Amino acid sequence: MSTIESLANREYKYGFTTDIESDVIPRGLSEDTIRLLSAKKDEPEWMLDWRLKAYRRWLEMEEPDWANVDYPKVDFQDIVYYSAPKQKKQLASIDEVDPKLLETFEKLGIPLDEQKRLANVAVDAIFDSVSVATTFRKKLFDAGVIFCSFSEAVREYPELVKKYLGSVVPVSDNYYAALNSAVFTDGSFVYIPPGTRCPMELSTYFRINNQESGQFERTLIVCDEGSYVSYLEGCTAPQFDKNQLHAAVVELVALDNAEIKYATVQNWYAGDEEGRGGIYNFVTKRGKCAGVNSHISWTQVETGSAITWKYPSCILLGDNSVGEFYSVALTNNLQQADTGTKMIHIGKNTKSTIISKGISAGRSKNSYRGLVKMMPKATGSRNYSQCDSMLIGHDCSANTFPYIEVLNESSRVEHEATTSKISEDQIFYFQSRGIPSEEAVSIIINGFCKEVFRELPMEFAVEATRLLSMKLEGTVG
Amino acid sequence: MTALLEIRDLHATVDSAEILRGVSLTVNAGEIHAIMGPNGSGKSTLAKVLAGHPAYTVTGGEVLFRGQNLLELAPDERARSGIFLAFQYPVEIPGVSNSNFLRLAFNQTRESRGQEELDPLEFDELLREKMKLVEMDYSFANRSVNQGFSGGEKKRNEILQMALLEPSVAVLDETDSGLDIDALRVVATAVNALATPENAFVMVTHYQRLLNYIEPHFVHVFAAGRIARSGGKELALELEEKGYESVRAQSGSLAGASEASNG
Ligand SMILES: Nc1ncnc2c1ncn2[C@@H]1O[C@H](COP(=O)(O)OP(=O)(O)OP(=O)(O)O)[C@@H](O)[C@H]1O
Ligand SMILES: [Mg+2]
Repeated sequence: MSTIESLANREYKYGFTTDIESDVIPRGLSEDTIRLLSAKKDEPEWMLDWRLKAYRRWLEMEEPDWANVDYPKVDFQDIVYYSAPKQKKQLASIDEVDPKLLETFEKLGIPLDEQKRLANVAVDAIFDSVSVATTFRKKLFDAGVIFCSFSEAVREYPELVKKYLGSVVPVSDNYYAALNSAVFTDGSFVYIPPGTRCPMELSTYFRINNQESGQFERTLIVCDEGSYVSYLEGCTAPQFDKNQLHAAVVELVALDNAEIKYATVQNWYAGDEEGRGGIYNFVTKRGKCAGVNSHISWTQVETGSAITWKYPSCILLGDNSVGEFYSVALTNNLQQADTGTKMIHIGKNTKSTIISKGISAGRSKNSYRGLVKMMPKATGSRNYSQCDSMLIGHDCSANTFPYIEVLNESSRVEHEATTSKISEDQIFYFQSRGIPSEEAVSIIINGFCKEVFRELPMEFAVEATRLLSMKLEGTVG
Repeated sequence: MTALLEIRDLHATVDSAEILRGVSLTVNAGEIHAIMGPNGSGKSTLAKVLAGHPAYTVTGGEVLFRGQNLLELAPDERARSGIFLAFQYPVEIPGVSNSNFLRLAFNQTRESRGQEELDPLEFDELLREKMKLVEMDYSFANRSVNQGFSGGEKKRNEILQMALLEPSVAVLDETDSGLDIDALRVVATAVNALATPENAFVMVTHYQRLLNYIEPHFVHVFAAGRIARSGGKELALELEEKGYESVRAQSGSLAGASEASNG
């Protein structure tokens, strides 16, 4: 075939660096690093102890290598574990945030200042290791909703943090979760009180700026009985030749009759066409449907990162609880993704749905890995999984690794998988009707992903569509 | 008067095999041409080369569309400028709804002609009207493009697209093959309804029966990658009777017959 070929990919437009004075601690990891970091954050004793316990566990653990990805070993002594823009200690309002930071977020399409901010979306903006601003605090406070940076939560709401931190992803859960527990610097904290429907979308925007730093953030969302929240996470990083590590932990807790919708549009820097640079995105995300009739849904659009390794999962503990996973993972050039989900059915009549759409272009490698487990007491439970792969060009690969364990008689698991290709004849068909090839690819991809996109809040669905077409520009000629 | 479409000594290869070996054909506004000829003689290749399929390489000759070099245009530009190809084997496009696809194609074409685009509601009205013309149930608007359509339904969908896009030159590649008698009548009605003194049709067909419904001004016989013989509609009858043997036998000595085609 002559025309399925690459033109130059459009440049990564978030690849700029902000020149800002930062408070950075020396690279390297030891108990002293953790003490220093904790001191910088003015943390209470219990938090430092929790970190040190995690660090000691981590030292005893082995770096896992079972994912279908290849990369040189990460040198944990060569990473900076704390980098924060210098700013006054307590900010009375967002107007006091360094204008350079406001400008950075504005350039990223996340205006933080009062007039321009996104209507009806509250944003917590995280720059390297710290949260620099949280918008709409007053409106949320009035509704009884707590939405603040993790550091603030540790200071202001220690009882809630102590109760739920590590309750879904224990310190020793896995290698990167243990590391995160030891060195996490900031993140977002959300608590929705009983019977409350959060009046607006909540969102955290992560930005890595420092070339040497890793980003280890921690997000904890608790929806109390009968409450609801929809939460969105976005991320970008500058373009560096060196790989950077992003090892986050996200924990969700839904009590009786509560519902959490968590969406991610991930656009970390993916490295260049030759695979130089880019983010290693090794993330643990897990939700616990702790109460009856609770509902957690993960929606992710993964387009960036050199390597993505994550499985947003649901533990369906409460009877009649529901877990959902909707995913679009796109890889191009030399990107690698091993992503999927785990649905652990423990309560009776629990239900889960998995819709995964993998798109591979260039020389990339895209794997879906998913576990569906029906425990002995999870009688009458159901799972439906659908994993579709689409290949663009001849040099990429797609794999599906479904693991299914059903330990009772009355539960049912259904799994469907398809692989398709965008053919030259399909593109030609569009063209012969007057539609340019780039648009054709974007329409086909959109059609392929629509079951996932419709789970995203409206404005982010549009953004996701735009992002995918941009990433695929030039993959089909 | 400049011809609508002028093909001069066109040569084309696919995977380095020469398929078109000097095709010449002039199509004027208001004309209907039929192209017949044995399997594998290059009829679909000609159609796809005209539409700009990337698998084919033009190695010689030229094609003028309204006096302009057609071959330097990208396939989508050709389409927007008024060339339409109804495919012999239309592809399926899962996940993309027929109505969205049609609206996009329609609006792209309108835009390039400097006409106002139609919004989804206005377009829907037009679509319903055109679907009636080709006797297609409205439910086909909401299905994925061609996906799971029967052979005949796919062909009708091609005609529906033609009716919407109103091209200047429509090449119908065996649109009549695999059609039942009602569908054949629908296609013929559509073509006759769309034919004006300003546009032209080139119909590739194996069967005389289509020509009972749509009267061609010229019939050409393809053999071994070129037009071996041209004539009026009576040529189709002769072929029906005698088969292609006689053409094949003469094709060597009839080089250049196509120049005389539009006599
Ligand atoms: N990739 C290819 N490599 C070599 N030959 C090819 C290739 N693609 C098509 N051909 C050949 O080109 C010739 C012309 O094909 P084409 O489809 O134009 O014939 P046709 O006249 O439309 O036939 P039919 O009446 O069966 O539709 C055939 O012999 C076909 O095998
Ligand atoms: Mg053919």
